[in-house]
Amino acid sequence: MADDMLKSTNLPQNPERATLEGRNKFMGFWFFLGGETVLFASLFGTYLALKNSTVDGPAANEIFGLELVFLMTIILLTSSLTSVYAMYHMKNNDPKKMQLWLGITVALGLAFLGLEIYEFYHYVHGYHFGYTTSAFSSAFYTLVGFHGAHVAFGLGWIISLMVRNAKRGINLYNAPKFYIASLYWHFIDVVWVFIFTVVYLMGKVG
Amino acid sequence: MSATVKKAGFGATLWEYLTTVDHKKIGILYLVAGMFFFILGGLEAMLIRIQLIKPDNDFISAQFYNEVLTMHGTTMIFLAAMPLIFALMNAVVPLQIGARDVAFPFVNSLGFWLFFFGGVMLNVSWFVTGAPDAGWTAYAPLSIFSEGHGVDFYAIGLQISGFGTLMGGINFIVTIVNMRAPGMTYMRMPLFTWTAFIASVLILFAFPALTVGLFLLTFDRLFGANFFDPSMGGNVIIWEHLFWIFGHPEVYILILPAFGVFSEVVPTFAKKRLFGYSSMVFATVLIAFLGFMVWAHHMFTVGLGPIANSIFAVATMAIAVPTGIKIFNWLFTLWGGSIRLTSPMVFALGFIPTFTIGGMTGVMLGSAAADFQYHDSYFVVAHFHYVIVGGVVLGLFAGIIYWWPKMFGTMLNEKLNHWFFWLFFIGFHLTFFVQHFLGLMGMPRRYWIFLEDQGLDFFNLISTIGAFFMAAGTILFLYNVVVTQAKGVKVSGDPWDARTLEWAIPSPPPFYNFKQEPLVRGLDPLWIEKTEGDGKIKPAEPLGDIHMPNNSFVPFMMSLGLFIAGFGVMFQGSYWILAVIGFAITAGSMLYRSFKDDLGYHVHKEDLEDEKGDGSNG
Repeated sequence: MADDMLKSTNLPQNPERATLEGRNKFMGFWFFLGGETVLFASLFGTYLALKNSTVDGPAANEIFGLELVFLMTIILLTSSLTSVYAMYHMKNNDPKKMQLWLGITVALGLAFLGLEIYEFYHYVHGYHFGYTTSAFSSAFYTLVGFHGAHVAFGLGWIISLMVRNAKRGINLYNAPKFYIASLYWHFIDVVWVFIFTVVYLMGKVG
Repeated sequence: MSATVKKAGFGATLWEYLTTVDHKKIGILYLVAGMFFFILGGLEAMLIRIQLIKPDNDFISAQFYNEVLTMHGTTMIFLAAMPLIFALMNAVVPLQIGARDVAFPFVNSLGFWLFFFGGVMLNVSWFVTGAPDAGWTAYAPLSIFSEGHGVDFYAIGLQISGFGTLMGGINFIVTIVNMRAPGMTYMRMPLFTWTAFIASVLILFAFPALTVGLFLLTFDRLFGANFFDPSMGGNVIIWEHLFWIFGHPEVYILILPAFGVFSEVVPTFAKKRLFGYSSMVFATVLIAFLGFMVWAHHMFTVGLGPIANSIFAVATMAIAVPTGIKIFNWLFTLWGGSIRLTSPMVFALGFIPTFTIGGMTGVMLGSAAADFQYHDSYFVVAHFHYVIVGGVVLGLFAGIIYWWPKMFGTMLNEKLNHWFFWLFFIGFHLTFFVQHFLGLMGMPRRYWIFLEDQGLDFFNLISTIGAFFMAAGTILFLYNVVVTQAKGVKVSGDPWDARTLEWAIPSPPPFYNFKQEPLVRGLDPLWIEKTEGDGKIKPAEPLGDIHMPNNSFVPFMMSLGLFIAGFGVMFQGSYWILAVIGFAITAGSMLYRSFKDDLGYHVHKEDLEDEKGDGSNG
């Protein structure tokens, strides 16, 4: 049995759901994402309640620049697509190509995170828009920062999976791990779509 | 039991419990830790009642009173009631559905240790700068301006403990969905499993709101954020919303498993199938659903406006309907049954009228207009103690006594249990019934002293006397536990002549629970086999190797890391080093977990065949 779990030949169609452990992880992670949804919903609610509480600090439409955020959006959406390619190759039992596409996903994620750090730096130094400036600034940095922390955690997760499995193939033990990491990656992508809409677009025109 | 299980030394036993991933042992850990915090919370309650035994008392100082009051509520809800519910869920649910373990044994252990370290963190506050003093609800701006680090301990301790609860919830959802034995369809699941399932769903969707609320509180207090500071544009009502979006489902997280316990106890000791099983399931789901849309009834006096108040008032009263369905189903189960007045049954019979009173005052409080009169008075205190003590605590004790033989293989002394019940029950009503009147006479909750000759003296005295009865009852229960375990008289697998699957295997069960997966032929599977078969559950598979998970010390280390990091985040300055060390321990443990394959091990068929006469599946 233990040998079967680590064997990389004759994998079934959906290796991530072929074992009870895999099915448990698959379902448990979907439920976890349900909880994460409530977490971000609470942060969005807080943000919406405080988005006009700028006190003496700058307001949303004074600081947001849509060009940079649009670029970040494109990068993160593309990284979701590349993680789909990685899962496609996982199901075809092609670990090299899976690793390649995961690597591209990670690179895009790092680019996104770098741009976000630049964005925050720019707000703090260009507009004196710090974490403690106003209730709006606290809510903004907390909501977007929670998302950024999720991206950073996801990058660490995917990188450690890639390193751990660099010298072995796909098997019934690691396939569910790759799969739920990609689920997580899609989730933070979806959250970003809402942040782009609710924070940036509505901040510019709302 | 097999020859491989030897009498272990203290060190080996301790290590076993520190590393265990066995749901039965984790259940025992939850029980011990939960009882410890229950006693702690009870001592705090005694301090409150002694302070209020007479007017203008100065038994404890005002500041200390605030701390004791805050910690009593926080401890009882988060560190006593929740873990005791998880104790029963761990001990019983996998057995009731015919599973060998939970879906995520490792996560199960992690959930316990996170809860435990969170609870320890909260109580460390007593020795460092003082305990939290802003009430268990920690309303802003009081919680923002509270001095010292008490409220920081509240925010970070509950955060750590809340992560554990969330993981436990997900674990039980997946266990119940994926791990049921052949034939155990949803509508054949015992009611306790159903309520554990629904409570887990509530945990999943309610706790993240608390997570966010606690983060915001932490950021405001420690990092200068402005969420709850009106002078910087903040809004204190956000805390109240987030807290109660979590907090109201939380009371159903507590009470639904207690309903589940009574739905097991009543049919067993009335020797009848549960009346209206499907309506019980439906009522459970409906209570959970409605439970998410009534949170603002805690905020009627905030000024949300008549429309909001009316909607939340109507939704609140609507919950009385499914709850009423449950009450009548228990009564109809009793009707015409051959009733045995064992101690769990006596707890169930005491629960029904007590909880009904609590439900009735709940509807009174749910009436928004009248609530302006009751709000923040002792009437509210009386109400929620009637539902939480009269409902949850009676349910927990009924469950602990009922499943004690399954958890430990011994039977608590029935005579002492009855004494415990009557002391606790009479004490409870003495303590809290009069508080309804104290509230209506205008005594506000949470006050350190009251003045004499305002008509409050006598009822407060009665209330304190009642609290001593409850304490005496609890001490008797602990005495019973010690005596029972010291004698260690073993009982059979089915000492109550019960109906569900967990009673078909030995007490305590072997570590793999079921030698062969059981075949479930209907609701109350053991009772079906007793009345229509030979009294033994049929196996659903031939005897084969059993896959089991490995023990692990990693969950302990992950939780310890967060515990250490919490102090660094709190005290900052040169203490940041603690945060670095703590997070490094946690992250390192996670990496270790990720990099080391953990495939579990197999119990071989030959070894299982050697074990004769353990009674599992005959």
